[in-house]
Amino acid sequence: MFELTEDQKAIVEMVADFAAENIAPYAAAWDRDHHFPVDVLAQAGELGMGGIYVREDFGGSGMSRLDAALIFEELSKADPTIAAYISIHNMVAWMIDRFGNDEQRAAWVPQLCTMEMLGSYCLTEPGVGSDAAALSTRAVLDGDSYVLNGTKQFISGAGTSGVYLVMARTADTGSAGITAFLVPDGTEGLSFGALEAKMGWNAQPTRQVVMENVRIPVGNRLGEEGTGFGIAMKGLNGGRVNIGACSVGGGQSALDKSVAYLKEREAFGKPLIGQQALLFAIADMETELEIARTMIWRAADALERGTADTVRLCAMAKLVATDAGFNAANTALQLHGGYGYLSEYGIEKIVRDLRVHQILEGSNEIMRLVIGRLAVEK
Amino acid sequence: MKIAVLIKQVPDTAEERILDPGSGRVDRGASDPVIDEITERALELALAVKDQDKSTEVVVVSMGPADTAKSIRKALSMGADSGIHVLDDLLAGADLVLTARMLAAALRETGADLVIAGNESTDGRAGMLPAMVAEHLSLPMLGSLVSAEIGSGSVSGRRQNESGTQEVVATYPAIITVTERFPEARFPNFKGILGAKRKPVETLSATELGGETRAASTVLEVSKRPARTAGAKITDDGNAAAELVDFLASRRLI
Ligand SMILES: Cc1cc2nc3c(=O)[nH]c(=O)nc-3n(C[C@H](O)[C@H](O)[C@@H](O)COP(=O)(O)OP(=O)(O)OC[C@H]3O[C@@H](n4cnc5c(N)ncnc54)[C@H](O)[C@@H]3O)c2cc1C
Ligand SMILES: Cc1cc2nc3c(=O)[nH]c(=O)nc-3n(C[C@H](O)[C@H](O)[C@H](O)COP(=O)(O)OP(=O)(O)OC[C@H]3O[C@@H](n4cnc5c(N)ncnc54)[C@H](O)[C@@H]3O)c2cc1C
Repeated sequence: MFELTEDQKAIVEMVADFAAENIAPYAAAWDRDHHFPVDVLAQAGELGMGGIYVREDFGGSGMSRLDAALIFEELSKADPTIAAYISIHNMVAWMIDRFGNDEQRAAWVPQLCTMEMLGSYCLTEPGVGSDAAALSTRAVLDGDSYVLNGTKQFISGAGTSGVYLVMARTADTGSAGITAFLVPDGTEGLSFGALEAKMGWNAQPTRQVVMENVRIPVGNRLGEEGTGFGIAMKGLNGGRVNIGACSVGGGQSALDKSVAYLKEREAFGKPLIGQQALLFAIADMETELEIARTMIWRAADALERGTADTVRLCAMAKLVATDAGFNAANTALQLHGGYGYLSEYGIEKIVRDLRVHQILEGSNEIMRLVIGRLAVEK
Repeated sequence: MKIAVLIKQVPDTAEERILDPGSGRVDRGASDPVIDEITERALELALAVKDQDKSTEVVVVSMGPADTAKSIRKALSMGADSGIHVLDDLLAGADLVLTARMLAAALRETGADLVIAGNESTDGRAGMLPAMVAEHLSLPMLGSLVSAEIGSGSVSGRRQNESGTQEVVATYPAIITVTERFPEARFPNFKGILGAKRKPVETLSATELGGETRAASTVLEVSKRPARTAGAKITDDGNAAAELVDFLASRRLI
C-alpha cells in the first residue's frame, strides 16, 4: 500500500509534467485576473482527469481513489484552485455515474469526463451550510416534471457549468426528505448571482445559483425521492479525500519553496537553513504533510474497498490534511520573511487558497463532530 | 502504413549531466533518463499520422541499457503500438558505427515503410546515426526537416538553412529526420498509461541481430570544460555606456 506501482508512478509523472507546463506558469495571472481557464480544464479532460474514478463504459478513466488522490496532490502543487475545482467536478461526475441510471449516465457522463461540460455540486444555501440536512430548496412533482424553487450559496463553477447537481427538499422529513436533481444550464428560471469576491480560489467562480420555478423532467431526478442526502454525503466522502490531497499538494509546494529559499538566503553570516529553529520548522512541516498523506492514502483505500469505517477515515483525512497543508503554507510564508508576503514569491497565494479547504466540504469542526460521534457510539 | 520511430533515451537536460572520467561514458545514474525531446517530436509526427488513419502501425525502436524500457513504455503510453528494445551488455559504450548497424538490423525486421528519427540528440551526439542507418538499409534519407507531409506512397518535406530552403521528396521505404521545429509531443492520457503494459515489446540481443559486437573506436580521454572565468566588470564613471558599446563591437555582437 505504501509503495506506488509502476503505473501510478507513470501517472504522477504525466500529471506533474502537464501541470508544470500548462498550469503552474499561469497560476499567478489567473489568480490576479480572476480567470477560470476552461480551455486548460478541457485539456485535463482529454487526458482523463474529468472522471478519474468513473466507470469506463461512458468515458470514465476507471481508476482508483488512491490514483485520484495522487493526481490531485500533483495538480495542486501547480495550483490548488484548479486542482480543487477539478476535484469538485470529479465528485459530480462520479455521483451521476454511481447513482444515475444508464440513460442519465449516457446523457451526462461522457461530456463530464472530457470536461467539455463542467459540473457543479449544489448543497449549501444562504441559511444552511454545516447543517445541510435542514436545507429548504423545494422540488414539487407536477405531472411528469419537478418544479424547483430556492437559492444555493457558494457554488463552485456556477455560471460556467453545464449541469448543476441540486439537493432539494421533496418532503418535510429532515434528511430523509431530500432528493438529488440534475438541472441543465439554460433551463428557464435558472440564474446566477454575482461573482463572490473572495480571499483565494480566485481562478474559479463562486456564485449563488437561483432557481425560480425551474421545471425539469422527472427523468432528471438522480436516484429515488428521499435518497438525495445519502447521495450528497457519499459524494462528499470522496470529495474530502480529494480536497485533503489538494491541501497536501499545496503544502508540499510551499515546503519545497521554503527549503530552496532557506538554503539560498543569508543572514547573520550564513544561509538561514543553518538556524536550527528554522530547520525544525521544516522538519515539522515535512512530518505533518507525510502524516496527512498517509491518512489520505488510507482513507482512499477504505473508500475504494467500501469498508465500514470509510466515513470516519475520510473525515479524519480531511481534517488532518487540510490543517497540515494550511499550516505548512502559513509557516512557509513566515520563513520567507517579507518576501513571503509579496505575491511574486507565490507563497501568499497558497496560504489564501488552502485556507478555504478547512471550511468547505464539511468544515473541520464538522469533521470533529463526525469523528467524535462515531467514537462515542462505538 | 507502418512507421518505425527511433527513440533515444538520454539524461534529462534539466539536471546536471556527468561524464564518467574513467570510462568516458555518460554516468547514467547521475540524472533521470528521459526520451530525447527531438525523438519525442519524431514520435508525435508518427502519432499524428495514426490520428488521421487508425490503420497506421507505429513501432518504436531503441538501443540502450535495461532502463530504456521506461522510455519505450512511455512511447507506448503515448500511442505507439509496439516496441523493439536492442539490449545487450556487450553493447555498453557502443560507438556510432556499431549503434547504426544494430539499429539498422532491428529496423530491417520491422519492414517499416517509413523510419523517423531526430536530427541530433541532447547527449553524446554526432547527428550521423540516421544517415548511417539509411546507408545500411539503402534507403533514401530526408534529413533535418523543418516540416513534413506524410503521404500514402511518399514523404515530402522542407529543409532550411541560412542559404535557403529545399523541398525534398522520397518514395517509401524511406527515412526522415526531424528537427525541434516540429510540434511538441502530446502527454500520454491515463488510458494510454494503463494500457501500455499490454502492448508488445520485443527485446533483441546483439547476437540475435548478428555481426561484430565490439565498438571500433575507443574514447581515449575526456576532460572537463574549463571553469568559467569571471567576466570584466565595468564601473560606471560616466563612460560605462561607451565602454559597453566598445566591448560588444569588439566581439562583433553589434
Ligand atoms: C562523451 C561521448 C563521446 C562519444 N564519442 C564518440 C566517438 O568519438 N565516436 C563514435 O562513434 N561515437 C561516440 N559516442 C557515441 C555516440 O554518440 C552514440 O553511439 C550514437 O548513438 C549517437 O549517434 P548520433 O550522434 O549520430 O545520433 P544522435 O545525434 O544522438 O541521434 C540522432 C537520432 O538517431 C536516433 N538514435 C540515436 N541513438 C539511438 C539509439 N541508441 N536508439 C535509437 N535511436 C537512436 C534518434 O532518432 C536520434 O534522434 C560518444 C558518446 C559519448 C557520450
Ligand atoms: C469558496 C467556497 C466554495 C464553496 N463551494 C461550494 C460548492 O461548490 N457547493 C456547496 O454546496 N457548497 C460550497 N461551499 C459552501 C461550504 O461547504 C460551506 O461554507 C461550509 O459547509 C460551511 O457552511 P457555512 O458557511 O454556512 O458555515 P456555518 O454552517 O454557518 O458555520 C459557521 C461556523 O460554525 C461552525 N459550526 C457549525 N456548526 C457547528 C457545530 N455543530 N459544532 C461546531 N461548530 C459548528 C462551522 O464549522 C463554522 O466554523 C463553498 C464555500 C466557499 C467559501
